[in-house]
Amino acid sequence: MSRAEDQQKKASARNGWLLSAPALALLIFAAAGPLLIMVAYSFMVKGDYGNVKWGFSWDGWVGILFERDIFDGTLRLASAHLVIFLRSVKLSLLTTIIVFGFGFPTAWFIATRNPRARAIWLFLITIPFWTNLLVRTFAIGEILRTEGLINTLLLRLGIIDAPLQMLYNEGAVLVGMAYVYLPLMVLPLFAAIEQFDMKLLEAAYDLYASRFKVLWHVILPIVRPGIIAGSILVFVPSLGAYVTPRVLGGGKNMMIGNFIELQFGQGRNWPLGAALSMTLLVIVSIALLFYVRAINRGAKGGGHG
Amino acid sequence: MAERNFEVSRLPGFATTAIIVFIILYLPIITLMVYSFNGGASIALWEGFSLRWYEIAWNNDAVKSATMRSLTIAAAASVISTVLASMAALGTTRRDKFKGQTVIYVLINQPLMVPEIVTAVALLIFFAAVKVATGYQGLGYLIAAHSAFCIPFAYLPIRARLEGMDLTLEVAASDLYASSWQTFTNVTLPLLMPGVLAGAMLAFVISLDDVIITEFVKSGGQDTLPTYMLGQLRRAITPEVNAISTALLGLTVVMLTAFFLLTRKKN
Repeated sequence: MSRAEDQQKKASARNGWLLSAPALALLIFAAAGPLLIMVAYSFMVKGDYGNVKWGFSWDGWVGILFERDIFDGTLRLASAHLVIFLRSVKLSLLTTIIVFGFGFPTAWFIATRNPRARAIWLFLITIPFWTNLLVRTFAIGEILRTEGLINTLLLRLGIIDAPLQMLYNEGAVLVGMAYVYLPLMVLPLFAAIEQFDMKLLEAAYDLYASRFKVLWHVILPIVRPGIIAGSILVFVPSLGAYVTPRVLGGGKNMMIGNFIELQFGQGRNWPLGAALSMTLLVIVSIALLFYVRAINRGAKGGGHG
Repeated sequence: MAERNFEVSRLPGFATTAIIVFIILYLPIITLMVYSFNGGASIALWEGFSLRWYEIAWNNDAVKSATMRSLTIAAAASVISTVLASMAALGTTRRDKFKGQTVIYVLINQPLMVPEIVTAVALLIFFAAVKVATGYQGLGYLIAAHSAFCIPFAYLPIRARLEGMDLTLEVAASDLYASSWQTFTNVTLPLLMPGVLAGAMLAFVISLDDVIITEFVKSGGQDTLPTYMLGQLRRAITPEVNAISTALLGLTVVMLTAFFLLTRKKN
């Protein structure tokens, strides 16, 4: 490489950094940087009225799983915390499964329309995807409410005598999350199915495969990267969900997100809240690593799966 | 094959499931919209068409100030994030891959990867300290936070537009002795504009919809529309919330339609 070329390359890299610098500065100030401060806070002593006191302490991290007895100071497993973690993981997994069950046929349906109709169906999936999460959560809540549409209809038809209590339980949170995150599953699945070569189906049917065999041995393995991508895109926000459990779960059915908030509100335990946030962040990062691997494999594998 | 009318891509039950999914997807939203025009206070019994709840929302000072605040923040965040994202997109496309470019990508996309509740809590901690240190309590914190998490949404359509752009026009401009600034303002920027507008609209919608980060960053009396609605939860739900939701939905759909029209032109 000549000297001039080398210099030009350096100038190009410098310009690249200079142009990106303002965006990076804002991101460090109001997004990434505060995360580092939060790490520091997780190792500090909790203040009496929220916030922290200077000084090193493991209490925030220990507090994730254990609680200290008020009288003799001994540690014991905090079962209330475990219930919240298990509920979060359980509801997130169930949401992912439900959403896949409904999302896969939907994505397949959209991908097999003719191009014109496909654009319209896709637009119909995208609108809820971009509309306010809170509005959608309210909308599903109003359907499930005691005085809501389902109860009113059932009462009028005489099927039930008293309104069913469908809100403020785990089921409501599950329904709400499935409703809210469905487009996140459909879109990557659609992208994977769209690239699927339908000639493979003809080949399989020519070889006397049944519909089920075609689905199981031909379609699902090939669109696997899309399945993994969609599952992670649903699982990650489900695990960190805050709005949906708060609106539909009531106070009793907290998930990790609400539990974190509690530490900064009534709980007044900022180090524990910070440690919980870091834990959530680590779990989500691991899930996202799998996501990146699935995407890369999909890109490399092409038609061979 | 044609006589048996055997369509290979058809799988039993899939179309039915898809139609059911679309109905489930839209039924709650449409119900909410319809009942926002209900004359009575019920969210399930129809008592005649009326704009009563829009009037009530419109005359509610809390709603009015929250709306103004939402629009102010969204406009500011949309402009700031789009300008910064455009610069970053120009810095990271159409040049040789340089050292540290991955770091830039990771930072720009970071708001998409970190759960919102985690960012919200981190900002609460950081801004609480800054508020004590500087005494400043204004909207600046919300605008900074919104601008930051809008950057990736503005960046993606702008970068896509840049990558699809033809370099020859710019080369031609500089061959004709245009300065690099002239080339940029007269050739690059006009070509880039649809991407920039699309990015700005996406950023506006994302900022307008934000609940969690706003809820944690706002100082007292700084409710936006979504945090106001969240606060209303403790009271009985009235169609007033439906009216606000419907207005918000309408705005989102308008912005999104514009976004799709802008990005479609490219193809």
